[in-house]
Amino acid sequence: MTQLVLFNIFNGLIVGAFYALMALGLSLILNLSGVINFAHGGFLAIGGYIAFTLLPYVGFWGALILSPVLTAFLGIIVERFLIRRLYGRDPLYSLLLTFGLAFIIEDGTRFIWGAQSLPFQVPSWLVTPLSGDYFFLTGYRLFMVLIVALAVGGLFFILTYTRLGIRIRAGTLDLETVAVLGVNVRILRSMNFGLGIYLAGLAGVLAVGQLGLQPTIGSSLIMPSFVAIIVGGLGSLPGTLLGGLLIGVASGITTVFFPSATEAVMYVMMAAVLMVRPRGLLGEEGRF
Amino acid sequence: MNASALNKNAANALVWVLLLAMPFWLPFVGGYIELGERVVVLGLAAMSVNFLLGYTGVLSFGHAAYFGLGAYGAGMTIRYLVPSTGAGLVVGILAGTLAGAIIGPLIIRLRGVYFAMVTIAFGQVFYFIAFRWNNVTGGDDGLLGWTRMPLNLGFTTVDILHNPRAFYYFILVIFAISVGAMAWILRSPFGRTLIAIRENERRARFLGIPVDRHIWISWVISCCFVSVAGALYALLNNFVDPRALYWTQSGDFVIMAVLGGMRSFWGPLLGAAIFVLLQDYLSSQTQNWMSFVGLFFVLVVLFFPRGILGAIRRKVA
Repeated sequence: MTQLVLFNIFNGLIVGAFYALMALGLSLILNLSGVINFAHGGFLAIGGYIAFTLLPYVGFWGALILSPVLTAFLGIIVERFLIRRLYGRDPLYSLLLTFGLAFIIEDGTRFIWGAQSLPFQVPSWLVTPLSGDYFFLTGYRLFMVLIVALAVGGLFFILTYTRLGIRIRAGTLDLETVAVLGVNVRILRSMNFGLGIYLAGLAGVLAVGQLGLQPTIGSSLIMPSFVAIIVGGLGSLPGTLLGGLLIGVASGITTVFFPSATEAVMYVMMAAVLMVRPRGLLGEEGRF
Repeated sequence: MNASALNKNAANALVWVLLLAMPFWLPFVGGYIELGERVVVLGLAAMSVNFLLGYTGVLSFGHAAYFGLGAYGAGMTIRYLVPSTGAGLVVGILAGTLAGAIIGPLIIRLRGVYFAMVTIAFGQVFYFIAFRWNNVTGGDDGLLGWTRMPLNLGFTTVDILHNPRAFYYFILVIFAISVGAMAWILRSPFGRTLIAIRENERRARFLGIPVDRHIWISWVISCCFVSVAGALYALLNNFVDPRALYWTQSGDFVIMAVLGGMRSFWGPLLGAAIFVLLQDYLSSQTQNWMSFVGLFFVLVVLFFPRGILGAIRRKVA
């Protein structure tokens, strides 16, 4: 029993790490540009499929490095030609646009790579369990946690210490002033969008090793990411991280005791948070 | 009577004549009656969404949940409780309205994108319930094993199950009642207050209007009408499945409203008609209709942000 609970908590932690990675990217874009990127899940899928395509040529490590970069590049193109036109308009329009994009991407991946689940080879030394008692502790899972931790650490490093990051944070608070101070806001938003999509692409590469690769992988992960943002608090990146891990673990634990409520539990948590603290756990008062 | 009021009356008359005569002219232009029924039902749903979106200025993106609750309420009542169309309709409407009323207080304090996100996320709860509660809802396969029942009016029985025209007019009567109620509410002082909130929430608040309570009432009204549409949708298909509750369905409603024109009363109905026809055509032509629907979203946003009626009105003015 303990083993089962531990297994599911650990599982939940990993799934939660995906949610967090997705949600952090969504949050970045939402905070600076006020766009809810429905296509985020689509970019995650693209990240996975690009990695799958690159795998025979550059190997696992090459795919892990290259695929998120290519995905981010694609994201910047989309931002440049479609989403940029809608800044400053009613958020309804960017919502609908990215909603349509999500459809196009999901269908596009199905068209190019087929609807069936594709096999994705991770290095064999990562797959073997590390311990006989705790069979679920495979190297790949630990590796995923490590990569997610690195990515999140890197993100917070960028936001805290680099010029780009400081500008992003400043723009989140008051974009007009940042523009007046001579920062090219268009480029800032592009870079920020690219950064968010990079995280989605990275989550995509990691996710396919764990969840398998199919066109619907993105749309199944996007809703929990929304919940993670709401639970953690809009406008707060640490909150988003916390929210993602929290709902992941909560659904992991629920799987043990009441499997059919696995998905519903995170929405119950969201309702509870909204009731007690409408701005979310770490959200700022009055921002939204 | 001035010119704009005259135009308005003429437009209303045109819409009603077209709707009333639909079973007679639709076959001549290559349609079939079920298509017309779908236009009316989904049009009602889009108009209910627009009650919030266009007239209260609140960005709701989760109406599929209450649409689906109306549908499951109707289907499950007929399947398990009473084999009566009327009872199904009533239970479906109650289910959707009650759920909206309960969730309302959690969300009415939120605005803009935050409101949209929370409504989307809440919608998913009901999807998962319908999806997971296999032995009652039929899970992924949907709720089968029931049909709408002939209407017993006391003095006569109307066979809406086998007579498609009778069913069309049954839908149209309920549509007319709902739309009439909606128009009446919008014309009342309460409706004017909603528009005031849409135009300038802060000013409305300073005038002493309890904004949150108004938004809550508007939300519940909108949920009520969308669950009417949902219940009718279940009766129309004699079937419900979890996709009626899925978040993509909410997006469909919103795009119908935007395409037709959010600022005009009949806009969403026009949007629904175009959407239904397009989807019907595409799904018969290509496997990749999803891409085309997505492309359609993108094009509407880029080129028709005011909707068709909005664009026409602008040209006239």
